Amino acid sequence: MATPEPSETDARAAAEWAARTCYGKLMAQLTAQYSDVTLAEDVLADAFASALTTWPERGVPENPEAWLMKAAARKAVDAARRADTAARHARAARPLMMTADIAPSERDGPLNRDRRLELMFLCAHPAIPAPAHTALMLQTVLGFTAEDIAAATLESPAAVGQRLTRAKRLLAKGRIPFAIPPDHIRQERIAAVLRAIYAAYTSGWENIAGGADPETGLATEAEWLMRCLIRQVPDNAEAKGLLALILYCESRRKARQDSAERYIPLTDQDTALWDEPRIAEATALLTEAGKMQVPGRFQLEAAIQAVHAARRQTGRTDWSMICKLYETLQAFTDSMGARIGYAATLLQLGKVDEATDLLNEMPHKRISQHAPFWAVRGHAMKTAGDRDEACENFRHAANLTRNTATRDWLLAQASKR
Amino acid sequence: MQYALFLFEDESTFFSLSEDEQMAIVQEHMAFSEELQAAGAYVTGVALEPAETARCLKAKGDIEDGPFADTKEQMGGVYVINAGSMAEAEAWARKCPVHKSGGTIEIRPVPDYGNA
Repeated sequence: MATPEPSETDARAAAEWAARTCYGKLMAQLTAQYSDVTLAEDVLADAFASALTTWPERGVPENPEAWLMKAAARKAVDAARRADTAARHARAARPLMMTADIAPSERDGPLNRDRRLELMFLCAHPAIPAPAHTALMLQTVLGFTAEDIAAATLESPAAVGQRLTRAKRLLAKGRIPFAIPPDHIRQERIAAVLRAIYAAYTSGWENIAGGADPETGLATEAEWLMRCLIRQVPDNAEAKGLLALILYCESRRKARQDSAERYIPLTDQDTALWDEPRIAEATALLTEAGKMQVPGRFQLEAAIQAVHAARRQTGRTDWSMICKLYETLQAFTDSMGARIGYAATLLQLGKVDEATDLLNEMPHKRISQHAPFWAVRGHAMKTAGDRDEACENFRHAANLTRNTATRDWLLAQASKR
Repeated sequence: MQYALFLFEDESTFFSLSEDEQMAIVQEHMAFSEELQAAGAYVTGVALEPAETARCLKAKGDIEDGPFADTKEQMGGVYVINAGSMAEAEAWARKCPVHKSGGTIEIRPVPDYGNA
């Protein structure tokens, strides 16, 4: 694969490809060796920097992953030499001796074990506050910078940076092991990993125009993380449920905007634009999950999307089925989205008072800055005949929405008389 | 998220045991602590002297002998652990020696005020 005269663009593309496909794997391996996320990050960043200067001159190596791993290990030796504290020195030196024990052929070959699952468990460890789980996972498994994460989650880079620094300090202070958690808490811990990936997905989904990638936000990354997770925990029903949920939502990406980039709500979407292979994969996953007989939040949310997806065949939406699923979902989560979705479904069934009560009972602090809440409340008010209140709610929702297409649609709702 | 596990047991049962039996229980607690540490779940833990050694400062400034709650079971110690949810904290409590010997464990979330 080594090219004789590689251009700098080729080398850069190869480095970017390597960064995308094996960053998490290398981070996992390095963290396992040095028990130090920060050190692993530093040496891997250095290794990528060397790749960018070396590969254009000498060609892209046959096995970029192994090359980067070796380069990172060399950087770790340098780091250990430079390190002021004896503690860090000891940490880095011991695993290096262990690496040296491995036969050269094995050392140069592909990484023998994918340890990204351990890395995900580390990022979602309960010693770290839950809001930091997602950011830490994006950074260590996918190589996002604090700026990338801030752009996707609409937070300030400084706040994200602080949260990451604090999380890493807690990891070091708590001596959090790089390991698969013990049996009796494993399911709970997988749930924490799923919540972090779900948060990454929804942050991407709600800011379609504001994510790290202007087209897809963090959706692609979330899908990738889920595929990686499912390979390692194939027996987890909720993991399958979450990937099914993501695939159902992603199947409609093309139908969500028309040719003039105007927003199209789910009920008005042209089902011919939905991505059939994604729907088929989601349905297969959800069926497999159902057979395990361990119901959960993500399976229920995926089931709701499955009912929507059925419109492609039947031409109609079974709202009473969706309503039943939302009702059941309330017992599994107190998420705002689940309640707002329930209220929107009640509206579809003509139960305006029930929907309005449900919305009005939601804690003000949690919904005051949440655009979907105000959009659904706008609908409720419109259905109830309170045009002024509806208009105000839609405007409020529009002000809280960064995506231009969605905002224009909300403003159009507000001006409809 | 941190959770505190307050351990309640009838002290008289413990003190009626032989020294070897008492030591065996201490060993179980050490094994439990090690298990918590191996999972990164251990924050801290303390064992308490018997409840009869307690003194209570009352609101009016008086000092009284004995524990605050005069119950059949007394608080004998506390663990603070990292757990992802109440369910996970409960799963840890089930592994605690106090639960195995028939005591009660009160589990309380410890709020995080953001200073680490």
